[in-house]
Amino acid sequence: MERQLICISCPIGCRLQASWTDETDITIEGNQCPRGEIYGREEVLAPKRVVTATCMTAGSPMGTEVRRVSVKTDAPLPKEHIDSLLDTLYSMKIPLPVETGQVLLANIGGTGVNLVATRSM
Amino acid sequence: MTEKKYDSVIIGGGSAGMAAACRIAEAGYSCAIVERETALGGILNQCIHNGFGLHHFKEELTGPEYAERFIQAVKDKGLDVYLETTVMDIEDTGSMKSFYGYSSVYGLLHFSCRSIVLAMGCRERNRGNIGTPGTRPSGIFTAGLAQRLVNIDGYIPGKKIVIVGSGDIGLIMARRMTWVGTEVLGVVEIQPYPAGLTRNIVQCLTDFNIPLHLSHVVSKIWGKERVEGVRVSPVGTEEGGNRASFDLDCDTLLLSVGLVPDNEISKKAGVDLNPETGGALVDSRLMTSVEGIFACGNVLHVHDLVDFVTEESQRCGEAVCHYLKGVAPGRQYRTVSGANVKYVLPNMYNPDGDNRFYLRPLVVKNGAELVVKIEGREVIRKKLRHVQPSEMVSFTLDREEIPSLESSRGNTLETGIL
Ligand SMILES: Cc1cc2nc3c(=O)[nH]c(=O)nc-3n(C[C@H](O)[C@H](O)[C@H](O)COP(=O)(O)OP(=O)(O)OC[C@H]3O[C@@H](n4cnc5c(N)ncnc54)[C@H](O)[C@@H]3O)c2cc1C
Ligand code: SF4
Repeated sequence: MERQLICISCPIGCRLQASWTDETDITIEGNQCPRGEIYGREEVLAPKRVVTATCMTAGSPMGTEVRRVSVKTDAPLPKEHIDSLLDTLYSMKIPLPVETGQVLLANIGGTGVNLVATRSM
Repeated sequence: MTEKKYDSVIIGGGSAGMAAACRIAEAGYSCAIVERETALGGILNQCIHNGFGLHHFKEELTGPEYAERFIQAVKDKGLDVYLETTVMDIEDTGSMKSFYGYSSVYGLLHFSCRSIVLAMGCRERNRGNIGTPGTRPSGIFTAGLAQRLVNIDGYIPGKKIVIVGSGDIGLIMARRMTWVGTEVLGVVEIQPYPAGLTRNIVQCLTDFNIPLHLSHVVSKIWGKERVEGVRVSPVGTEEGGNRASFDLDCDTLLLSVGLVPDNEISKKAGVDLNPETGGALVDSRLMTSVEGIFACGNVLHVHDLVDFVTEESQRCGEAVCHYLKGVAPGRQYRTVSGANVKYVLPNMYNPDGDNRFYLRPLVVKNGAELVVKIEGREVIRKKLRHVQPSEMVSFTLDREEIPSLESSRGNTLETGIL
């Protein structure tokens, strides 16, 4: 089997050529760095993406402006978990204060990936 | 009215302003940042996606994370920061500059300083600038405004969305709007190639099967009160009359049709602008045509990567320190853009120092070469892997690479892409 891919691990965007006869032995060509090889293999076997979004806050302690806190997954999440993560995170209310890097949701769907805050508020 | 006096004041507290201010404070000069919004960070605060800092921090950060590292540095250095303060009317009185800051927190402030750094960022082009005919219903937003509404205020601007322009902000918003549960019907781009990065085409459009209509324009907008639909036509055909045109039922249009440096207050200060960039004309120190007023970041020229903004602004901060110390370059000569180059910055170079340049290509090309000449003599020839207008190119010209120059000649430096 063969597939043309574009590495999304950095802005260079190398064009990758993935070829394999059985899925335990995938060759990647066209990558300019080792990250491209990892990406190419994962993209064929089990595609993953980093998810970024914002969550509601439970209101600031001073009762001032209500703002949203930005969040991300701390590693790429297998694509099939993205929709249910989005449903969950939009229903969450994050109590303040919150620190950058603070885990808001641990081990999403048993993947080992966490949802963390990306802004201190 | 309160009087404030500093060696240098930075107008705008985005990534550019913060980086310049830190450098100036590190050298021991008194320095303040004046920022209109309630927090430092500028546009980074609404760019919640990742992809920032790969060059500068060697890791992939989201916009707020990148901003927070500089906000911390600003705090650590004990810089004075005036939030919720808008700068108007800069006055140049020779060795001293002065301006007013209007603030809901501090009231009216009057600043006097020996130097100013312009770091006000850019504005988005809006529909007026692209001139799409049709009615004037609501439901038309610039992509950056929509980004702010969704990410900071939690307000979702519509249900069925068409995006005009394939710049990175538009692409990032296509994914964002899909992830908040709205339907993105397509992205319409007038050029035959996308304006944004390939990785953003993949992860923001292909991942969600969002069609990208290259060489197409939105030729008509319907709707009385709210947008009800648009006509999408191939470039070069008359609106309506061609079979290849098609209609999309949407309630919202997001415009991602470019950014322009925000130089309203610079103009009032007498700063000369460059029609190619919309930013100031600057010498090798990033000093504008007004002595003591410098510029860096998106107010100078629109950057696609924040890492370059940081680098440019740190050098600007160093140049301000030299200026405050009374050190000036002995001679400077002009730079001009040659083949396939839209612009090259700065507009002057210093043959007795190291120079760093930024240029914007006019073409999409693989295996291109950068060629730099002084007085027709080639001083740099360098392979560039791939160039395209959406990706800025940077290069350095060290003192050792510059041949001895006769002062009787123009010694203009010309940069081209072959
Ligand atoms: C929407 C968008 C998405 C981007 N996405 C990416 C990306 O994915 N990766 C990447 O590396 N780069 C990205 N960039 C590029 C990069 O982040 C920006 O170019 C950079 O952050 C700009 O910094 P700046 O300080 O020049 O401008 P800004 O961040 O805009 O800061 C200017 C500041 O000046 C203030 N100001 C303006 N006028 C006044 C006044 N009169 N008085 C007081 N304050 C004033 C404003 O409030 C603002 O805070 C993006 C840019 C934009 C616009
Ligand atoms: S292979 Fe390496 S250099 Fe190429 S896009 Fe991927 S991460 Fe970037």
